[in-house]
Amino acid sequence: MNALTSFPTETLVSNAAVSVTKVPHRARLSLRARGDLGPLERALGYSLPRKIGGVTLGTACLGPDEWIIMTDDAAAIMAACASVDLPHSLVDVSGREISFEIEGDRAGELLTLGCPRDIDAIADGTARRTVFDGVTVTLWRDTSERFRIDVWNSFAPHVAHLLEIGARELAAEMA
Amino acid sequence: MLLIHCPHCEETLPEAEFAYAGQAHIVRPADPMSQTDEQWEEFLFIRENAKGAHYERWRHLHGCGRFFNAVRDTVSDRFLTTYPSGTPRPDLSTLTEGKA
Ligand SMILES: [Zn+2]
Repeated sequence: MNALTSFPTETLVSNAAVSVTKVPHRARLSLRARGDLGPLERALGYSLPRKIGGVTLGTACLGPDEWIIMTDDAAAIMAACASVDLPHSLVDVSGREISFEIEGDRAGELLTLGCPRDIDAIADGTARRTVFDGVTVTLWRDTSERFRIDVWNSFAPHVAHLLEIGARELAAEMA
Repeated sequence: MLLIHCPHCEETLPEAEFAYAGQAHIVRPADPMSQTDEQWEEFLFIRENAKGAHYERWRHLHGCGRFFNAVRDTVSDRFLTTYPSGTPRPDLSTLTEGKA
């Protein structure tokens, strides 16, 4: 089952507590590099975040030498980096995963359903890889009440169903 | 649940993000052909079964993905410290329980 086609609707669930929405498709590039990143940054036109969790212009630092780049123009980035001297790996992984946006008063609480991290301790405007009910996900916190999680296609139905059930439970609690 | 400090992420995070990866500081012999069967067996299979401080490898699997080393007390299950792979093993006398 292809997750991209198994979620024809954009909104999975929306109620007074929280809403879960499938985010429109964007290109994703996985970048690996180490050493002096200067030439790469000049090609990209901005500085790569160096601290794990840091986000600059849709680029999140996931590891000491690893970044994920969310962009609308993957071809331009690939072309710009093609002639960079620094050995690096820049791979288009757009087909690998989809993203869900979780928004609402109790968005953080919904995430505690599957994520063992202290959600309250996560700063706005950051992203990191973590785990959600056994599934490796990338968790972005855009604002205090808006999160995004990137999930690999094969795990997406499981994560989506869990979020849907959790959102209904939160709404039932409020009623 | 244990809380483990990742030396790369510089954050103390839940155990569920990590995977245990065996004893640390085991060096593969540079010239395997020079090893006797007993030496090779020791390198491959013989591991410590420490009661107390144990040097071990962990991987921040659902995180930065990096391997690192840790000293864990196998009796109390507390982490004494964690440090990047490739750095020398810390002196036990400088470590205090629960500091990690
Ligand atoms: Zn880490």
